[in-house]
Amino acid sequence: MSPTHSAAADAALLQVRGLVKHFRAGGRLFRRAGAPVRAVDGVSLSVRPGEAVGLVGESGCGKSTAARAMLRLIEPDSGEVRFGGTDMRAAGGAALIALRRRMQLVFQDPYSSLNPRRTIGRTLTEPLSVHGMLRGRPARERAAALLDEVGLPPAALDRYPHEFSGGQRQRIGIARTLTLEPELIIADEPVSALDVSVQAQVLLLLRRLQERRGLAFLLVSHDLGVVRWFCSRVCIMYLGRIVEEGSVERVFGAPRHPYSRMLRDASPVPDPARRSDLPLAVGEIPSAASPPPGCHFHPRCARAIAACSTAYPAWTETGDGGFACHNPLDG
Amino acid sequence: MIAPALPRRTTGALARRAARAAAAHPTVAIGAALCALLVVAAVLAPALAPFDPYEQNIVDRLLPPDSTYLLGTDSFGRDVLSRLLWGSRASLIVAVSSTTAAVLVGGTIGMVSGYVGGRTDLLLMQVMDVLLSFPSLLLGLVVVALLGPDLQNLVAAIALTAIAPFARIARAPVMSLKERAYVEAGRALGFSHARILFVHILPNILAEVLVMAALWMATAVRTEASLSFIGLGIRPPAASWGSMMRDGFDNILDAPWLSVFPGLAILLLVLGLNLVGDGLRDAADPTLRTE
Repeated sequence: MSPTHSAAADAALLQVRGLVKHFRAGGRLFRRAGAPVRAVDGVSLSVRPGEAVGLVGESGCGKSTAARAMLRLIEPDSGEVRFGGTDMRAAGGAALIALRRRMQLVFQDPYSSLNPRRTIGRTLTEPLSVHGMLRGRPARERAAALLDEVGLPPAALDRYPHEFSGGQRQRIGIARTLTLEPELIIADEPVSALDVSVQAQVLLLLRRLQERRGLAFLLVSHDLGVVRWFCSRVCIMYLGRIVEEGSVERVFGAPRHPYSRMLRDASPVPDPARRSDLPLAVGEIPSAASPPPGCHFHPRCARAIAACSTAYPAWTETGDGGFACHNPLDG
Repeated sequence: MIAPALPRRTTGALARRAARAAAAHPTVAIGAALCALLVVAAVLAPALAPFDPYEQNIVDRLLPPDSTYLLGTDSFGRDVLSRLLWGSRASLIVAVSSTTAAVLVGGTIGMVSGYVGGRTDLLLMQVMDVLLSFPSLLLGLVVVALLGPDLQNLVAAIALTAIAPFARIARAPVMSLKERAYVEAGRALGFSHARILFVHILPNILAEVLVMAALWMATAVRTEASLSFIGLGIRPPAASWGSMMRDGFDNILDAPWLSVFPGLAILLLVLGLNLVGDGLRDAADPTLRTE
């Protein structure tokens, strides 16, 4: 039922299998907890070295939670996360910190991701000293070099975050992730809080880092345009599960899952010839505390058949990924 | 790709910022001066006091202020000015040490409680609620009555009454700050919880705690006065401003200076502490720190 990606498994830098995170709300001392919110309900995906993978879905589908559970910033309930062959979930203490060093997070909100009371210099040198890599002047020089890499002058070292614009802050946040020389960057909506013109700058920067440093990316986004431009592979997520995975050209060109197609068609494409006959987004994403029986998407799906409301569809492998649908679109 | 000209850096050590803040906000300078005056009075009391604060002089009872006794004499014929100067020591010791103890203990409890959350938070905060449910004077009274009246126990009693308020004031902002992305970033960068809590979160709540501390010192002075009056604080004949003010009530109509001058001293101290508290708050907020 869950995707396996056997082809990618060997070479994968990040390998996630059956990741689950449920949240229980309201359970206090004498009150019973309500139904758990199944934010992440069996997510599997893999990222190869140097590859950019998109994780796409509507707000509330659990994509940010999944990203954090992979880093164990939120402790997952079950599932397997392997990074470079090492089991993230079995690692503790120093081993976990060493693993986290190799994959870093870029945040959506450039305003809260930097400590307002620390100069940029302190923000950038702190990880270096905490990990015993560099201290003092060499650390400062390293920080200046990183700022240069993200297109900011060394004078920025002595300034405070509030003196910078959103786009500049986001670049500082990216420089901070680079301090520890990671191999994978998990970017959680890295540009969605920025103006469109600034979005392009930040995306170009990320692309340049990918090329120059051979960084792998997991780009969490609801913006299909961004994913289409930046990623080579994409996972479509709906209500805690991956419903389709494949190369960007294939998934956006000939989606097999109706939800992928709905997303694609909801995203503006400057080509009237590709206007679809499927209705655009119908309804709202249901609550993850009480997902519909069967395929979670069936109440919103134009292609739903009887089986869709009774059983969650099995994972069907395709050449480059797969999908979970009882009545898929033609390939 | 280079950003447009960045605003010039607002530099400086805390001292220089404080000096600039003082120039920009004269009220802060006044507050600091009042507090400094108290410290000078306390330290130099033996040199400044014109008379022995304990020497009774039956002939010169209840004299109004004149050229010999600048602030008059009390019902035992003791010089009020000398007693005020010596009494500032008690006020200073009680205010500073009880507040420091309360900030350290209460602040740490509150920060850890807010950061850890869950059952730990629930338990700690219910203990704090129990402490809060006692009127602070009553709580102090019980502690001093159990331990015996002396300066140390007085400080402990007043500190105990302040632990819960400081725990509360430290906990609330920590609860919201720990959700900030930079805290999560710190964890992703491999920082320890202690580093995140005390290096990254603490400076962001310091302003609130310091303002509260300045206010609480004033409360501590008042509580000390109340406890001293009922014989559970500074023991006579040693002077404290609170006990002097209360002692003066007996002769408030005949010799109002007995209560007025200690009261004035308390008022000026409280005012000074509040002004400094406001100044600290402004100085500690980087977004208010502009050219």
